[in-house]
Amino acid sequence: MPPDIEAIAEQVFTALADPTRRAILATLAAAGPATATDLAGCLPVTRQAIAKHLALLAEAGLVTAEPGERRRVRYRPRPAPMQVAQQFLAALARDWDGPLEALKDHLDWSA
Amino acid sequence: MGFPDRIERTVALAHPPDKVWAALTTAEGLGAWFGNEATIDLRPGGAARMRWTDGTTVEIRVERVEQPTVFGFTWQLHELPEDDPRRTYVEFTLEPAGAGTRLTVIETGFAQLPEDLYRKGYDGHTQGWATELGELAGYLDAA
Repeated sequence: MPPDIEAIAEQVFTALADPTRRAILATLAAAGPATATDLAGCLPVTRQAIAKHLALLAEAGLVTAEPGERRRVRYRPRPAPMQVAQQFLAALARDWDGPLEALKDHLDWSA
Repeated sequence: MGFPDRIERTVALAHPPDKVWAALTTAEGLGAWFGNEATIDLRPGGAARMRWTDGTTVEIRVERVEQPTVFGFTWQLHELPEDDPRRTYVEFTLEPAGAGTRLTVIETGFAQLPEDLYRKGYDGHTQGWATELGELAGYLDAA
């Protein structure tokens, strides 16, 4: 197993544990790339706070800053780390106990 | 390790391996206990499909067929996008146990890191645009 997969998943879950960061990511996912100012306009948080969260999200690789003048930098959501986290969730969500119970019942009934 | 790559379960079944094998590898069997409807082309590389009454389907690729002891297949993690190449491998092993069967199911591959995919994600996209725009600039310069 590559060593950083767990670190990537952890960064995603840390990012998503904060309601403001969830709101930022949800807004970017729904409406596309936006500047910190744009985001401050549609979320009940100051631009400074948004900028701080965006820096953390960029460090985790969850958003990418598109080159531009200061204050005009647009942030774009980056789905790759989410897909890694999804694999973690997939393992937790996989249910073999239910189907194996059903197999048992099926064999008993068709005996 | 906090990231599970492998899931393993063992159950004792009160039926002989041949009967369990049929339940695992025939359309009739799979459609009765696993999905609500199934098709299967039972040979390595063969395709199988299961459908549930809620409309979900899963595409399966048969990998190992060693009647009546090993049945292996790969399938897609349905949490991932449809074009994602990663698949998990599921292997059923049947061992006779008295008059019944000891059935083990192992699913592996949850922790595959899509190294290239991970890099490709956004970077490939920007690179693509940089190349395209470079070509456009070159074309305009030459004109």
